This record gives sequence, C-alpha cells and structure tokens, in this order.
Amino acid sequence: MAMKSKHQRLVLAIVAIVAVIGAGLLAASALKDEAAYFYAPNEVKVKGVEPGKAIRLGGMVVTGSLRKEADGVTIAFDVTDGKATVPARFTGIAPDLFREGSGVVAEGAFDKGGTFIATNLLAKHDERYMPRELEGMDYNAATHEMKAEK
Amino acid sequence: MHAFANPTRFLKIARPLTPWLFWGGLVLLIVGAVCGLTLTPADYLQGESVRIMYIHVPAAWLGMGGWSGIAIAALVQMVWRHPLAGIAGRAIAAPGALFTAICLVTGSIWGRPTWGTWWEWDGRMTSMLVLLFLYFGYIALARASAADGQGVGDSGGVSRVTAIFALVGAVNLPIINRSVVWWNSLHQGPSITMRGSTIDGSILWPLGLTLLGFSLWFGGIVLMRMRAILAENKVEARLARMAREGGAG
Repeated sequence: MAMKSKHQRLVLAIVAIVAVIGAGLLAASALKDEAAYFYAPNEVKVKGVEPGKAIRLGGMVVTGSLRKEADGVTIAFDVTDGKATVPARFTGIAPDLFREGSGVVAEGAFDKGGTFIATNLLAKHDERYMPRELEGMDYNAATHEMKAEK
Repeated sequence: MHAFANPTRFLKIARPLTPWLFWGGLVLLIVGAVCGLTLTPADYLQGESVRIMYIHVPAAWLGMGGWSGIAIAALVQMVWRHPLAGIAGRAIAAPGALFTAICLVTGSIWGRPTWGTWWEWDGRMTSMLVLLFLYFGYIALARASAADGQGVGDSGGVSRVTAIFALVGAVNLPIINRSVVWWNSLHQGPSITMRGSTIDGSILWPLGLTLLGFSLWFGGIVLMRMRAILAENKVEARLARMAREGGAG
C-alpha cells in the first residue's frame, strides 16, 4: 500500500514536471521574436522595419567600412550578419571595444534613406577569449584551433 | 534512499566531510583566483577585465546548480517524503541566492568596459535576474512554512506549496542556459560546449580550479547549514518537551 502511493506520487510528479516544462518551452518559442534583444540586418530586410521606429540593430562591423566624418564626432560604418548589410551612423563616443570586424549592437532608428541612425552603441563581445599574441590568427570554428595566417 | 532518513546517520557522514569540503574548496578557489590574477595573459580585446570570469562563471554555475539542487530536493520531498529533503532545500537557498547575486554583479562590472553598459534587458541577464527573484520567493516561502511549526517531521520545514514552487521555478534553468542561443542577445554565446572551448587554454585553466573550488566550498556551506537546521530542530523539540513536562509537573 505504501509502495503504491509512493509510485502514484512519482508518476504524478513526473507528469506535472513534463507539463510545466512543455508549457515553458512553448512560451519561450512563442517569445522567440519578441524576446530578441536586437534585429540582425537580414531580419530588417525580410520583415521591413519602418523608418523612425526605435529598434536595436546588431551584427558585425564590416572591415574597411568605418570612417570618421568631417565634424570629427560622427562615425559611419556598415553592419552585416553575413546575409545582408546596412549602413549606420553614430554621433558620440563609441565604447572601447567597438571596432571593425567585431560585434556591435546599435540603438536607434532607420532614416528614410535606409541608413540606421544610432543614438547609442554597445560593443558585443563574442565567445572567443585569447591572449594578444594569438590575435590575427586564423580561427577554425569547427575544431576551435588557431592557425597562423599565410 | 531512506538509509539517510535518520539524521544521526547523515550527521555521521556530514560531520567529517564538512571541513574537507569547506577548507579544500577555499584553498582551491584562492589558488585559482591568484593564478587567474597573476599567471594568465590578458585577452586581446577585453584586456585585464577578462579575469572577472574566474569568479563570474563559477557564480553563475552555482546559482543555477543551487536551484537544480532545490528542485531535486523538492521532488524527493514530494515523492519519497524524505525528511532531509526539505532541510537540504532550505540549506541551499541562501548560498544559491548569494552566488546568483555575485554572478549578476560581476557580470555588470564586466559589461561596463566590455559592452559599454552596466545593464541591458537581454535574454540572459533578464532570466538570471528572474532566478534571483525565484530564490527570494523560495526563501520567504520556506521561512514562513518553517515558522509554522513544520520544522519537525517529514517535510523538513518546507511546505508542499514551497516544494511545488521550487519545481515550477526549475523551468527557468533551461531558459537561462538556452537564452543566448534562442534569442539574439548582447551576452555572447556559450564558450565551452561539447565540441570544445573557444577560450584559449592559456586563459582557461584557472577557471577549472575556481569552478571546482567554489563548488566544494558551496557543498561545505550547505552541509554546515543542514547541520545547523537539524541542531535547531533538536533544540526546539527538546524545549517543547521540557515545556510539556514542566507544565505537567
């Protein structure tokens, strides 16, 4: 008798846990788009974000695209996610880790010409950590190995 | 399972184990922290601030590990009615909350120079903050039910509602873990996966020391707290008995 009620409680607990986890996963997947912290350039292109709507744009700063404008405090650069690229401008002080070839999250809105006017810049760090001596080495994402270039 | 139902049996093992876990863990985490501060190179992008990882990662691990422990204890309490389960849950709650808070604070300190912000509402940060609030809820519920006089007996001082809360709260754990994969987030993706590590070995190795050290230390603290709760229950039971006998005599 005691064994039976213990067994019943175990089954009940497992059913309840599976149901709760299922509900949690469903909620999380329904949130998928809403809970995204930023739009990638390709999502902007596919979904179409109207000009003036405040969003965050995230991606990599295209190498060679960063330039300073004549006023000295405005920078212009391109943001890419590998599928689409959008131009962006920012007036102000960029974070130290903001640089070409690195991740960026920009807060702001698109103007009518399709340029993203950022009001705030955040540098996005990636999951790679390495000493300075290894900088510039080729990184193999599949094997996590570093190789000297050339 | 019920071999440990008798607290004396549990105490026989817990008593000698506590100093080993506590002091061994403390030595390991101090050695790991010192190595991490002095022997490893700075990161090519983050510079010296990378070293906060040696505290931040174990804190995150124990914050989530703590809730896993509470949820398992709640399951054991609900299904097997094991008297030590509730006591284990109560013992884990405060250190688990503390490490979750340490994770949030160190992450914020790291985020300022790295991202350029103290706090952003991205998936990882928000779900970790929710975990801290879950701990507060659990602590409040467990304290209320222990004060209700449920401290002695099968529940170990944790009411059934509290145990259910612990199980439901466990839903947040996979969300924290997957938050950087499911959603675009400011927090970087996982560095250490089944396929290996994207943290260079020269930076990574002290993390193993602090992870193990903090985990052992955490275990030692939990055993201490379980013993303290057991001792407290004993004192209360004895006082109640004395009051009864005194009233009769």
